[in-house]
Amino acid sequence: MNNRLPKITFWRVLFVMIMIAGAYSTYLRFFKGLGASTNLSDQFPWGLWVGFDCLCGIMLTAGGFTLMATVHVFNLEKFRSIARPALLTAFIGYLLEAGAVMFDLGRPYRIWHPLVMWNPRSPMFIVGWCVMLYSGIMAVEFAPTIFERLRLEKPLRILRMIQTPLVILGVTVSIIHQSALGMFYVLVPGKLHPLWYSSMLPVLFFISAATIGMAMTIFESTMSSRHFDHALDKSVILNLGRLLYIGVIVYGVVRVQDLLRLGAWKYAFISSNEATMFWVEMALCVIIPVVLLSVPKIRSNPISLYVISFITVSGFIVNRLNVAVTGMTASAGVQYIPKWNEVSITLMMVSVGIVMFTLAIKYLPIFSHEPERRPRTAALPSTVLPAPAR
Amino acid sequence: MPKGLLYDATLCIGCLECERGCAKQNNLPYTDTIEKQKKTSEFKYTYVAVKNEDKYMRRLCMHCNEPTCVSACPVGALQKSKLGPVTYDEDKCMGCRYCMVACPYGIPKYEWSKVLPRVQKCILCPDRLAAGKQTACAEACPTGATLFGDRDELLAEAHRRIAADPKKYINHVYGEKEAGGSSVLLLSSVPFGQFGLPATLGTEPLPYLTADLIEHIPSVVTVGWAALGGVWWITSRREAVAAIEKKKNEEKEEK
Repeated sequence: MNNRLPKITFWRVLFVMIMIAGAYSTYLRFFKGLGASTNLSDQFPWGLWVGFDCLCGIMLTAGGFTLMATVHVFNLEKFRSIARPALLTAFIGYLLEAGAVMFDLGRPYRIWHPLVMWNPRSPMFIVGWCVMLYSGIMAVEFAPTIFERLRLEKPLRILRMIQTPLVILGVTVSIIHQSALGMFYVLVPGKLHPLWYSSMLPVLFFISAATIGMAMTIFESTMSSRHFDHALDKSVILNLGRLLYIGVIVYGVVRVQDLLRLGAWKYAFISSNEATMFWVEMALCVIIPVVLLSVPKIRSNPISLYVISFITVSGFIVNRLNVAVTGMTASAGVQYIPKWNEVSITLMMVSVGIVMFTLAIKYLPIFSHEPERRPRTAALPSTVLPAPAR
Repeated sequence: MPKGLLYDATLCIGCLECERGCAKQNNLPYTDTIEKQKKTSEFKYTYVAVKNEDKYMRRLCMHCNEPTCVSACPVGALQKSKLGPVTYDEDKCMGCRYCMVACPYGIPKYEWSKVLPRVQKCILCPDRLAAGKQTACAEACPTGATLFGDRDELLAEAHRRIAADPKKYINHVYGEKEAGGSSVLLLSSVPFGQFGLPATLGTEPLPYLTADLIEHIPSVVTVGWAALGGVWWITSRREAVAAIEKKKNEEKEEK
């Protein structure tokens, strides 16, 4: 990575190919319309871009608000080293989400309309505001990283003063955002399959997002420690693993209880595409993680935690896609399979995200500032400096 | 006085004059291919469904009393007007298509082929209504199967017809109570489900489902701020105390 002339590697070739395909699909989307670039239809107006880019994308950023709260509100020092990478992931995730929405909206240049044209009864209005508010909040939360790099001490001091109130604001906006995504589907009792429809969807979306926050942080920290050669704090990973264990258990209990309440279990045992996908989801989200994490030996091994995180993340991606696609198929009466252009836009978004993350880690003090920070925190009473920015 | 339509399927002869009248009123193309389409589309606000060759059912926007699409629209492009029509303001719409996902009747359609698309659906001729005229489809109907009038009177008329000839009709005025009721009322001799009209809609308006949840947001915010603020106060206080005690201990040791 340090050579002047970029070496040709498998990943770089893949990246360039994804970008070329993405550029073509972008052209198709904006110059020929949604009909030419997607398999969306009157029967199936929301597809991959809503299901993956919006629902999954926002879920995967949840590590940002959970860890910022853990470190800056609960002052749990041991998690400090990973709060910033998690915030970075969340910030990039929201920027990409805003990008993806521009593709999905029929008239993207009107994306600002909810700012002045209000309908507070609409979950979509709530989501729109949450995206804008939390992106702004995260920009300020993230700013210290850039100011540190530029050695601007004065703005840094101001930002540290407002940091914790800002984190608290961000956490509440985030909770509302994650739940409001589930609220979309509360409005369609006749359309979403009973294995997924529930008035509890907002709560389930929130619990799963908070759980995935842990899994994503384990996953990323392990990945980036391998690629960037910084030491992985084993105790942090193990603590996150314990939180992940609690998360999947809580989610499992609420989900099972909810299916019992609604009497929806019978649908899980009818041979159907929905039932199959339901069991795939349950296996990856709840059954496999709970079984594996219940073994202390597995729970205390960072490598197996990395694998379990990957399984759980995949499971909840399946869950979101089941809500957005599998569960909506029967009522739509058509089978939606995304067009390759839709897939290529999504791949482009993911690739851009990975590159942004890589560049940020390389050029900004995301992991690297850690060693010097602990003594300084301990020396200052935190009433004077509410919560040190790093 | 809220207006409405009463469609009596037993009077319908399937002549499609309502479709033609609608297309003319709304400047929609009405070609042979579109005439054969048995669905609403970006080119067609209403159609006459046929079952067993002589059973008809008009499908169009129901103009719900508490429309799901109106509550779904983030920018208020869809509105329920006092006279009954659920209207669409294309200058507000940003194209999120949540109305299409939300509508229990699957009515709003999208201009997929256009670069700057609009949502398309029956708007119950609001300009004609404001001018005191009836809708284009009711005017075009030669048999009186589609009847325009005050909703209250149409509802009473529907019940009168069922009472007068209970063998002819199913004892159900579709749209009287479905999801809170609608401006469009339907009468039929065969079950409505056969024509794709949802049979399991309750009487509660669907917007209440999300409105109940959205009402909780202010309390989530207040409780969230109070709880997190409290935790922050406690943890920072604890740290401050710890720091002072540490200093004291160090001073003691020095002495």
